[in-house]
Amino acid sequence: MFSLRLPIPIENTLITPPPKSNNNNTYNSSLCAHSYSSYSHSQTNRFLTVRNVALQKNGNSVGDSKDTMMQPFPEELNAEPLPRHVAVIMDGNGRWAKMRNLMPSAGHQAGAEALKEMVRLCASWGIKVLTVFAFSTDNWVRPKVEVDFLMSLFEKTINSEIDVFIREGIRISVIGDASKLPSSLIRMIKYAEERTKENSRLQLIVAVSYSGKYDVVQACRSVAKKVKDGILDLEEINEGIIEQELETNCTEFPNPDLLIRTSGELRVSNFLLWQLAYTELYFDGALWPDFGKEEFVEALSSFQQRKRRFGGR
Amino acid sequence: MHKDTGGITSNLLGGLCSCLRRCIFGILSMGPVPNHIAFIMDGNRRFAKKTNLAEGIGHKAGFSSLISMLRYCYELGVKYVTVYAFSIDNFKRKPKEVQSLMELMREKIEELLQDESIINEYGVKLHFIGNLQLLAEPVRISMEKAMKVTAHNKQRVLLVCVAYTSSDEIVHAVEESFKEIWNATVSNGTIGQLDRSPKRNGIRVNAQDSCEDYARQDADGSTDRSGKTETSSCNGMVEIAEEGKHDQGELPAIKLTDVEKNMYMAVAPDPDILIRTSGEVRLSNFLLWQTSTCPLYSPAALWPEIGLRHLVWAVLNFQRHHSYLEKKKKQF
Repeated sequence: MFSLRLPIPIENTLITPPPKSNNNNTYNSSLCAHSYSSYSHSQTNRFLTVRNVALQKNGNSVGDSKDTMMQPFPEELNAEPLPRHVAVIMDGNGRWAKMRNLMPSAGHQAGAEALKEMVRLCASWGIKVLTVFAFSTDNWVRPKVEVDFLMSLFEKTINSEIDVFIREGIRISVIGDASKLPSSLIRMIKYAEERTKENSRLQLIVAVSYSGKYDVVQACRSVAKKVKDGILDLEEINEGIIEQELETNCTEFPNPDLLIRTSGELRVSNFLLWQLAYTELYFDGALWPDFGKEEFVEALSSFQQRKRRFGGR
Repeated sequence: MHKDTGGITSNLLGGLCSCLRRCIFGILSMGPVPNHIAFIMDGNRRFAKKTNLAEGIGHKAGFSSLISMLRYCYELGVKYVTVYAFSIDNFKRKPKEVQSLMELMREKIEELLQDESIINEYGVKLHFIGNLQLLAEPVRISMEKAMKVTAHNKQRVLLVCVAYTSSDEIVHAVEESFKEIWNATVSNGTIGQLDRSPKRNGIRVNAQDSCEDYARQDADGSTDRSGKTETSSCNGMVEIAEEGKHDQGELPAIKLTDVEKNMYMAVAPDPDILIRTSGEVRLSNFLLWQTSTCPLYSPAALWPEIGLRHLVWAVLNFQRHHSYLEKKKKQF
């Protein structure tokens, strides 16, 4: 989805529009002031500096050695309301790599580091569920080399983070169509889910080979089977029944309060279709590997200023 | 004399604006024009509050905005316009407000059916999309009448979502899909037939059948959508028949195409642009299924304040990214 960039006067904005910058990725926020961030000068410098974190910290993981998970709660944010469930479409790895004349795999590696940081922040600040869109059913059309790299990256990352998750009380769940995944990855996922199922500090849901539409269709199939088996009457089918069969039934809070999409695209791309009915959407111009604590705080700050009415008063 | 001069001046200005608008649209038409634009008409009550007017006046101002935007869209060449007029969640509002909204809708539907209205000017077919049985009888009857009267129109389409949520639409589509599959399998004689008409209210079945009728009528028109629907439903039925041969007593699995063809919105292609006014950036249970690849614009203007400039800007952005989005859609 794309921002509107004409200098049309702002009306009824909730917050002061952020300052403009000279960065190419700046969005003139005259129309969408409070719905996404634009780059400040500090972000510009950060963006232009090659982010070597991913390359230098290769192999380091969240909570490694003397580092602890805990990140202090930012002063700019209020304690309430915080979203209980944050969803993220981690877009922009490919473009990040292209801008640096790197292979897409470098972008995905950097993206994995950004995800680790995100997990750390969510766990520190009391967010209960973090769902990330790692791989869509539509992504299978990408070059085989890239897809194979992504599958092995998922496996390596889960493997390297399991001990941290166990130590820090993070539960991992994976949703999506497992039938197309390599068997070694399926085994790794099952192992990780089993080892972390008792953890309750933060639930990390990773959507791999996932499609919002197919999630609804598979839920409908489950419901249809129950009707056929006589467990359920046709007239009993309602929204609650379908919701119970969606893949997000692995969590107590299946519907995100806040969805963040990076890289400036203004659409949902078949992610968590049903679950996003009342979710506040936040679009950030930063590419995913560059989305860090500052950007997340801005997203949460924007969320805290939204007025959610759910159709009523 | 003074009044005459004022009248002439305003006519001249109106003519000039219209001319300018046609020029702008002429330039825009050199690029791809969206086939379907959807609007979440948010901000009427805030507009009334801001301008110290009664709440009802806010909604009336909203209706005027709707007519203006329809005119702009249809002039530009947009064939389908969908608007979120009333959500099932809006029933939670004060009964007095809900009642006045229903009254306003009924009154405006009557207005739209007048000879000189935009409906006749552009040959607009009306669809009222949603769980219409939730509405009071007078307003439901006026909607059915409007759909019947405009059924023969082919040039433009206006879909008004009333008593609508995406979740309700999906539940309904699932129920219908299941009944179709069940009843198709009945022909094998192993499973008892399900009552086709829902226990709730026959209106919904009628509305759905009407939608299918309109879809078939549309096959004479320019859209692919009804063609695809018929093809996919043909394929679906063939698949069901074939599966039925192999597994007597087993129900074939519901497919994506089954659900899609039973959606209320199956009468139109997916929107190319979704615009929500008043700066809120959420979907509020509107067209969740249909807008998954559609760009969302969130101008800060309240709905009664939306103008030509917002539409032009949305279309320009659509054109900028059209080729990229088309490539993405082909990959899906």
